[in-house]
Amino acid sequence: MKPPLFAYRAPTTLDEAIKFMAGNADAMVLAGGQSLMPAMNFRLANPSMLVDIQHVEGLTGITIESGRIVIKAMTRHRELELNADVRRANPLIAETMAHVAHIPIRNRGTVVGSLCHADPSAEMPLMFVLLDGMLVAKGSNGTRHIPAQQFFQSFLTTARKQDEIVVEAHLPVLPSGAGWAFDEVTRRHGDYALVGVGCVLELEDGRAKGVRLAACGIADRPIRLGAAESALNGTTLASGDLDAAVWTTADAVTQTDDMNTSASFRRRVLGTLIRRLVHTAALRAQNRSRP
Amino acid sequence: MRRAQIRPAIPERSEDPRVEVALTVNGQPVRRTVSVRMLLSDFLRHELGLTGTHVGCEHGVCGCCTVHIGGKAGRSCLTLAVQANGFEVRTIEDVAGEDGILHPIQQAFKECHALQCGFCTPGMVMNILSRFQEPEPLDLSEDGIRDMLSGNLCRCTGYINIIAAVRRAAELLGRE
Repeated sequence: MKPPLFAYRAPTTLDEAIKFMAGNADAMVLAGGQSLMPAMNFRLANPSMLVDIQHVEGLTGITIESGRIVIKAMTRHRELELNADVRRANPLIAETMAHVAHIPIRNRGTVVGSLCHADPSAEMPLMFVLLDGMLVAKGSNGTRHIPAQQFFQSFLTTARKQDEIVVEAHLPVLPSGAGWAFDEVTRRHGDYALVGVGCVLELEDGRAKGVRLAACGIADRPIRLGAAESALNGTTLASGDLDAAVWTTADAVTQTDDMNTSASFRRRVLGTLIRRLVHTAALRAQNRSRP
Repeated sequence: MRRAQIRPAIPERSEDPRVEVALTVNGQPVRRTVSVRMLLSDFLRHELGLTGTHVGCEHGVCGCCTVHIGGKAGRSCLTLAVQANGFEVRTIEDVAGEDGILHPIQQAFKECHALQCGFCTPGMVMNILSRFQEPEPLDLSEDGIRDMLSGNLCRCTGYINIIAAVRRAAELLGRE
């Protein structure tokens, strides 16, 4: 349970860090290390070089500007979770963060690191897909803005190129009347989700609009449940409407039976979570729209 | 097929590339030259002889190796020694007073019989201490304390007495 050997670099500028990444096909970025270090201790990851970006200038802090929450690469989970402005701007974030591992892990692990690790059961990638988040990657050929839906490609695989470092991740501020909810089912408190679901919706004259639903743990990447969203938009969210929405997700679970659970259990959990979370989000939307 | 041969003695020093690490541990500056892949947990135990930090699972699940890194609880088994360069690290050895007087959290563990074998206790204490030092209000409900302790495994006590100890510690520290 010790990591395999690697070359270690601790650059202080982004250009230097990008050069190290570009010059070494097996180099990996080390930020908080809360996913990478266990993978290395298990010898699942064996990078030839670690580029430690904690000393790189300009990669810390959270800002909120023109409706976007900008999370820099070295921002730890716990910083985002406890940020009072972020709590006001988008209460879904803190609700979701509470499910990310345990506090000592959240003290060290970074939000962007979790996104780049791209575990299909992880909560942060789900939230970025749910809210149409954006990732900003800098590499030898300049800067790319990558929408979250395109960023997550498969199990532990992202659109990041080898010579790129994701320097920022953007999440939108929630619309003022929107309700939100996140929950997941796990084997143990703090584990990766068997299935996790996030929901955002607004109400207009008792009818749902702008419904967003996404799930993690059901496929090789976080999935937006577009058909279920369409099934709910314009409805009063009656139980029949929820039935119809859940029905559309029958084929969304492509994760096969594994050591954690069966595909059929994931399917049932997905349906249950959708029903519960749409309900919670609707209640919150009602409360927010009251004068 | 030849029988396996007895191999020559393993070198005492690994041939890994080495790197200089300078950090503050329990208020004292330390400087060592270690392998790049040395974990902070091994650095504390083997290089500094601070064996109060325990090593259980070495993949971040059991919480026994929890120390404070830059003032916040973190897993020393998921941190390279070289990552702690320039940081202040605090271990269980620094928690009780020099005169041996227990910290209120330790005192609470003792009063509530919150340990049996004691293997998980250093990690528990460092984690709880970190939470008590955060400015955030503490959730001292049963669920809140269980959430606080969820990253630390204990195989002896069944957690009941540890939960009681957290409540007692909150009393002793005036955090009700």
